[in-house]
Amino acid sequence: MWDLRLYVIQRATAMLMVPLILAHLVIIFYATQTGISAEGILSRTAGSLGWAVFYGVFVVLAAVHGAIGVRTVLREWSPLRGGLLDAIMFIFAALLIGLGARAVVAVTMPGGLGT
Amino acid sequence: MSANDGLGAKTQLRAGTAYRRDWLWVAAFVHRLSGIGLAIFLPMHFLALGLAIEGEASLDGFLKWTQNPMVKIAEVGLVALLTLHLLGGIRVLLIENMTWQPGQKSMAIAAVAVSILVGLLLAVYLF
Amino acid sequence: MTSADTISSETIDVSVWRGGAEGRYETFAVPLRQNQTILDVVTWIQRNADPTLSYRFACRVGMCGSCAMTVNGRPRWTCRTHVSKVVENGKVELGPLANLPVIKDLAADMTSFFEKWQKADGAFVPSKTRHDPIEEILPNTPARIEASAAIECINCGICFAACDTVRWQDEYLGPAALNRAWTLVNDERDAGKSDRLRAVAAAGGCHACHSHQSCEQHCPQKLNPTASIAGLKRLTMHAYLRGDL
Repeated sequence: MWDLRLYVIQRATAMLMVPLILAHLVIIFYATQTGISAEGILSRTAGSLGWAVFYGVFVVLAAVHGAIGVRTVLREWSPLRGGLLDAIMFIFAALLIGLGARAVVAVTMPGGLGT
Repeated sequence: MSANDGLGAKTQLRAGTAYRRDWLWVAAFVHRLSGIGLAIFLPMHFLALGLAIEGEASLDGFLKWTQNPMVKIAEVGLVALLTLHLLGGIRVLLIENMTWQPGQKSMAIAAVAVSILVGLLLAVYLF
Repeated sequence: MTSADTISSETIDVSVWRGGAEGRYETFAVPLRQNQTILDVVTWIQRNADPTLSYRFACRVGMCGSCAMTVNGRPRWTCRTHVSKVVENGKVELGPLANLPVIKDLAADMTSFFEKWQKADGAFVPSKTRHDPIEEILPNTPARIEASAAIECINCGICFAACDTVRWQDEYLGPAALNRAWTLVNDERDAGKSDRLRAVAAAGGCHACHSHQSCEQHCPQKLNPTASIAGLKRLTMHAYLRGDL
């Protein structure tokens, strides 16, 4: 029941992300209205546990959801089959979680960075 | 009467995909394309924000680059992609998990229309 | 031909697939008649122009589901499709049903279509014997209403030919087989439910469906396989979350 398991995980991550994406869109509009700057972003997020949790959860959900989606697309639109598909899915999820975690750490580390 | 006039050269059987000329199919296709677009964009998005780890200055350098009009257009496109995929996804979740509702075609068209509007709204904010 | 029933000397250009996987489109000028169906056109060609034309039909009145073909790029039941409804600039293009191998001309090989019915556990499993009294089935229970809404499938294969998931995933069971499974899952007389849920939850089962709804748009019986498949998705997901699958 591997495909069913992936289906359930993909739908569950989708449902959980609905409020997060809505919040993300609101933040995008709010941030662009005031002009985007590193200072602006970091003053909001640096040292904030709340934002760290928000973006951390968001990253994991998006990584898992996106990786399962990539597997489905490759299953249908590429000649790849079987274990190779799952391998690509896991690698893609790991890549997104790794890069995403780095980004979350970068913008929520206490005190901001560099300056 | 009859005419065996059209004996053409050997050819391929045509695909028979005219069923794709339908809003519901277009909505599903756009949902997939927006998903692929987001999968390509996400690693770059995380890399860009990760620049903050090298200090505010390098992130600011990147954000200056985003003042470039071409980049702004791309950002509008991304927000439209995210909205498309969100609304298309909500549509799929409703179809799959609720009892069937009529009017699926209007839902599909509305999802595409709202996404374009959100994209345009961001364009107004950015420019 | 004597043409008391032709409405004029007008003809339509009918381009017909000839051959197997390799072949060509051959064009015939077919006289236009009143209330003419696509099946009438094909029959006219076979009787008057080329007796070697292969195609499949039986009842001619929309019950048997054997005459489905690709008409101007869309799968249709040809016995109930009027020429006037589909003709484009005096032309009609006919091919065998898509997503199936061609046998010859307009006859597609339906083997994989029916094999997938078997694979989806589309056969009724009796829970009683002939010695038991006949069971009373109420028509208004929720399960029976679901089953009745999906039961009138005539196995024509149109949904199968109009489905991109079938096109893109060779192992996908397809709308008709899953719709059939849904009617049996809702049939209180059936004894094969847990095996069937397992069959439709396997790889290539109901979860592969992307809800394109082309099956619903093209079903000549106005059934909604997408809704049936969504029902299977819910049932299998709940069974999975309970640990039953």
